[in-house]
Amino acid sequence: MSTLTTSSTTSSSTADTNTGLNDSVTIPVNHDMKSMFLKKFEQLGSLHFVITLLFISTLYVTVCNLAFAEGSFLHVSDYTVSLFGKYLCYALLALAVDLVWGYCGILSLGHGAFFALGGYAMGMYLMRQIGDRGVYGNPDLPDFMVFLNWTEMPWYWAGSDSVLWMVAMVFIGPGVLAYVFGTLAFRSRVSGVYLSIMTQAVTYALMLAFFRNEMGFGGNNGLTDFKEILGFSLQSPTTKLALFVATAVALAIGYLVSHYIVNSKMGRVVTAIRDAESRVRFVGFKPEHYKLWIYVVSAMLAGVAGALYVPQVGIINPGEFSPLNSIEMVVWVAIGGRGTLYGAVIGAILVSYAKTRFTAIMPEAWLFALGGLFVLVTLFLPKGISGLLPNIFANKNKQQPLSANAEVKS
Amino acid sequence: MIVDKSGSPLLANENIKPDTRHGVILYVEDVSVSFDGFKALNDLNLYINDGELRCLIGANGAGKTTLMDVITGKTRPDTGTVNFGQQVDLLKLSEAEIARAGIGRKFQKPTVFEALSVFENIELSLTGDKGILTSLFHKLTGEQKDRIGEILYTIGLVAECHYPAGRLSHGQKQWLEIGMLLAADPRVLLVDEPVAGMTGQETERTAELLTSLAGKHSVVVVEHDMAFVRSIARTVTVLHQGSVLAEGSMSEIQANPDVIQVYLGEE
Amino acid sequence: MLRIFSVLIACLLSWQTLSSEAIAAAESKLPSLFKQLPSTKLSKMKGLIDQISATNEPQVPATLEYLLNGELYYLKANKQIVRAKVNANKRYELTDVLTDTPLEAVTKSAIKKIKTNNALRGKIRGLLALLDLTSADKDIRIKAVKQLLDKPNSTGITAVTALVNNEPDEDVRELMSVALLVNQLLNDGYEAKLAAIKQLKTSLEPAVKNAMSNQLEAIADSTSEHDKTLAAELTKALADIDDRKGIFEFLETLFFGFSLGSVLLLAAIGLAITFGVMGVINMAHGEMMMLGAYTTYVIQQAFPQLIEYSLLMAIPAAFLVSGFVGVLIERGVIRHLKGRPLETLLATFGISLILQQLVRSIFSPLNRQVASPEWMSGSWQINPVFSLTYNRLYIIIFSLMVFVALLMILKKTSLGLHVRAVSQNRDMARALSIKSDWVDAITFGLGSGIAGIAGVVLSQLTNVGPNLGQAYIIDSFLVVVFGGVGNLWGTLVAAMSLGSINKFLEPMTGSVLANIIVLVGLVLFIQKRPKGLFPQKGRSAD
Repeated sequence: MSTLTTSSTTSSSTADTNTGLNDSVTIPVNHDMKSMFLKKFEQLGSLHFVITLLFISTLYVTVCNLAFAEGSFLHVSDYTVSLFGKYLCYALLALAVDLVWGYCGILSLGHGAFFALGGYAMGMYLMRQIGDRGVYGNPDLPDFMVFLNWTEMPWYWAGSDSVLWMVAMVFIGPGVLAYVFGTLAFRSRVSGVYLSIMTQAVTYALMLAFFRNEMGFGGNNGLTDFKEILGFSLQSPTTKLALFVATAVALAIGYLVSHYIVNSKMGRVVTAIRDAESRVRFVGFKPEHYKLWIYVVSAMLAGVAGALYVPQVGIINPGEFSPLNSIEMVVWVAIGGRGTLYGAVIGAILVSYAKTRFTAIMPEAWLFALGGLFVLVTLFLPKGISGLLPNIFANKNKQQPLSANAEVKS
Repeated sequence: MIVDKSGSPLLANENIKPDTRHGVILYVEDVSVSFDGFKALNDLNLYINDGELRCLIGANGAGKTTLMDVITGKTRPDTGTVNFGQQVDLLKLSEAEIARAGIGRKFQKPTVFEALSVFENIELSLTGDKGILTSLFHKLTGEQKDRIGEILYTIGLVAECHYPAGRLSHGQKQWLEIGMLLAADPRVLLVDEPVAGMTGQETERTAELLTSLAGKHSVVVVEHDMAFVRSIARTVTVLHQGSVLAEGSMSEIQANPDVIQVYLGEE
Repeated sequence: MLRIFSVLIACLLSWQTLSSEAIAAAESKLPSLFKQLPSTKLSKMKGLIDQISATNEPQVPATLEYLLNGELYYLKANKQIVRAKVNANKRYELTDVLTDTPLEAVTKSAIKKIKTNNALRGKIRGLLALLDLTSADKDIRIKAVKQLLDKPNSTGITAVTALVNNEPDEDVRELMSVALLVNQLLNDGYEAKLAAIKQLKTSLEPAVKNAMSNQLEAIADSTSEHDKTLAAELTKALADIDDRKGIFEFLETLFFGFSLGSVLLLAAIGLAITFGVMGVINMAHGEMMMLGAYTTYVIQQAFPQLIEYSLLMAIPAAFLVSGFVGVLIERGVIRHLKGRPLETLLATFGISLILQQLVRSIFSPLNRQVASPEWMSGSWQINPVFSLTYNRLYIIIFSLMVFVALLMILKKTSLGLHVRAVSQNRDMARALSIKSDWVDAITFGLGSGIAGIAGVVLSQLTNVGPNLGQAYIIDSFLVVVFGGVGNLWGTLVAAMSLGSINKFLEPMTGSVLANIIVLVGLVLFIQKRPKGLFPQKGRSAD
């Protein structure tokens, strides 16, 4: 490594500019302080905060579900457990969307496809666990195949009764789709709005495909009537609780992984790609590789979320591929605040909770509310809920900015 | 030295080393680029010597930026060849590969990674393996930290090193981009209008910096500011309508009848 | 000439009915003939039917039809001739055939069917055909000749031979001669057969092909020289027919493709303006179409007596409604999101959800029926295998008209000049005192208004429901991107080629799979050529 500068020529002038620059940036310092604080919060505080909160709430739900009798003030019903489980799946999914959209600037309107593929992998496994307890009592074939007069299982169902196969497919299914699509799209530099529409088109095509009976995934009705998972009855409250806890663990792991990625040098490259892709090329990185990598990771996270979702709701059908679903995920992230991991989690849980309440009280108003949220958030809250945080925190903490000089010299 | 002729060269930095035994590091030969019938570059020939400081001047639309685009792989020419040293065919490489091979570029409009801090901007630009796995598990070495500190010192952004680059002033962004170039330690620096938006003092400093870089590095500067060009230039190339109109020292250029005619005719 | 002819025919026919009525009034033989029906043996039936038919009474065709369908019964009690139809309660609903008056329903035991056999049924068909052949209605005559072509019989042929020279209508006459030629091919001697083949070679009637193949089959094993020549000629003629048929089938698929393409064009062309020219991505574009379709529905509800004109009224109305909503969206939302395409995408998607729900709340989530005016129905039969339905034909013409109008607006008017100026360099246009805000709003209104017009057209093709727009939005975007953003001609070519590809794939793969293949194909294409078929080149400024 060679030294580029001759210190004699530069040192004197550096001093000049330094003082000049410091004068000119006195006003933005406050701003910077806030945003740097937020960055620190995002890097460390939020991680501990989210993981701790997740741990406490999981513990709370578990204990209150098990220890308190029904009717007790503190009792958490089995229904609520499943509901929370669902929310946590959504949170994991939102994390996946945030990873590509918030950090890498890829607005995917097709993450529903990865979620659904993960779900189908799980669904196939659960289908095989039904065995001869189906309506037709056929020990070898799932009900819908018997109904279609099929005599043998399509080749791609081979091995679907094994847990290992299921776990592998939860990752491989979404991963391969993301890899193939990503390779094609990123290599030819499709980006921005075009990419978004492409992702939506692919999801739409997949939906049409899965609606066909000939696809061998149950067509319109999808896969349902599941009986048990790993030998435990899906109807039992204990299994439901266990699934909830598993989802919480998956979310925690997903959060840690995402946290590690976005705070590594890789995360910085990805952020740089989001802000100035062509510049990244001239620095020597290959944006298409980075985008592809993060896209595949994100797809797999979404797949895991889907796989955990299916046993908790008891069904997977092509409706999960619908473009509306994918766009709802984007709303979670937009509302929570893209570019912050905790924002995605908060957004997913808040919006899903709102949806549950809304659809219970006045179902027709939900689409109004959802549509309104889209418009209002993009217009007035571009950074989402997490964008409100620095104001709150910054007022409380009047710290000195970190000494830049000290850091460099140490 | 080893270039895999069948496909893209291997990515690792070490594999692409320009062969400069003839003293020329950049060969641009018979290059033509046209956009919808408009010839941005027309049979252009340009040779940059190893370690030279070259100034490119010319009116708007003369093809200066397009030439830089061609060299850095952003635009593919319709015809012609571009070689890095004697053997490395730049037309076969992607932008990233060209950058890794050792051709750095500073853009006309400063583009820095606005959400990242000044420090991180320079960190990303450092030489080294730019693969995914490396960056996923990358930790800065002490040596690299020192290097970043040194560059920050050179470009006068030590105090701002943890500010998001988006908050810098225009002039500071210019400096940051130069810092990023320094971090990449390229063999050839292509610098597009480095002093636009700089104060007189800063311009002077830039001139000093660029002159000091020449020798170890080849520097190609595109600039409109003639005073600046005069202060740094040893060889000047005048582009006109996509080809080289004249080449020589500043005084030769000023005396060249073609140049006088074109410039007087236009202004 | 033709008119005089038809007046003449009309006079003739009315005279005929008049005279038969006069006879009926004087002394109708029908009741007495009917009385014989129950007791006549099958072998004598033929004569009786001839007699019945010869009365030329108005009841005859219906009666023969009932007899043919096995619906003619007589009451055991009084031998009254009735038409009987079994109802849901297993009782028989009766109608008196002579007077056409309904009678009380009875059980099966009270009635007995008037028997027929195959020979008789053939006979009846012939008689019916003969009756139809002389009908005043051209369509009935054509149907009759076609029936004869499908099931040739000597009565029919004799009748047609007699009628062909006096037949006023050219189409019918031609069909009749085809029928005669087919007869000639089947029943005449060698020379006549050869001549028939020569003339029939150009006919596309399915019956001709059937007759030829049957004939070929019949003489396939024959060793006679004549038959061999005939067989060779037939094979050649069949191949000729197949070739011609192939061409027309291709044309028909192309027509379907173009009609789908023109729907895509209408859907996409508004988008080509908002997205292509302005660079604004509007996910609520589909809902603008939906609004147009609902405008048509509302107009039909408001003026039920004017269904024939409802579409003509709906076109400007839909343009205004959707255009107005478009301007509102631009002013209220999109304006504030300039230069942030992804946010625009999200916000307009939100708007699309709101609009869908709005329509659902006002009009119910169910599909609404939009009536088609008379002039949209029917088809233009060019030849037996090739016809163009009027609604599709009009849609193709209409969408091309809209396309041309839009081109004119953009190329020739000052608004168009302003739009292009703003889209190319906003600041410069501003400096030239073009009100860029105003231009944006109007352009967006124009694009949305055209989507509204597309909605009017869609209301004639699909169900009008809240999801109408959603189905088209992805396709529309793909058309615009495929054609090259900002290039109206590209949009035209893209729409037509996508429509055609879809329709050519459909017979092989089914419509869903065709849709999927086209989608995937497009995605791949756009990855190969991200700027579409006709990219706008230039020194990019990014």
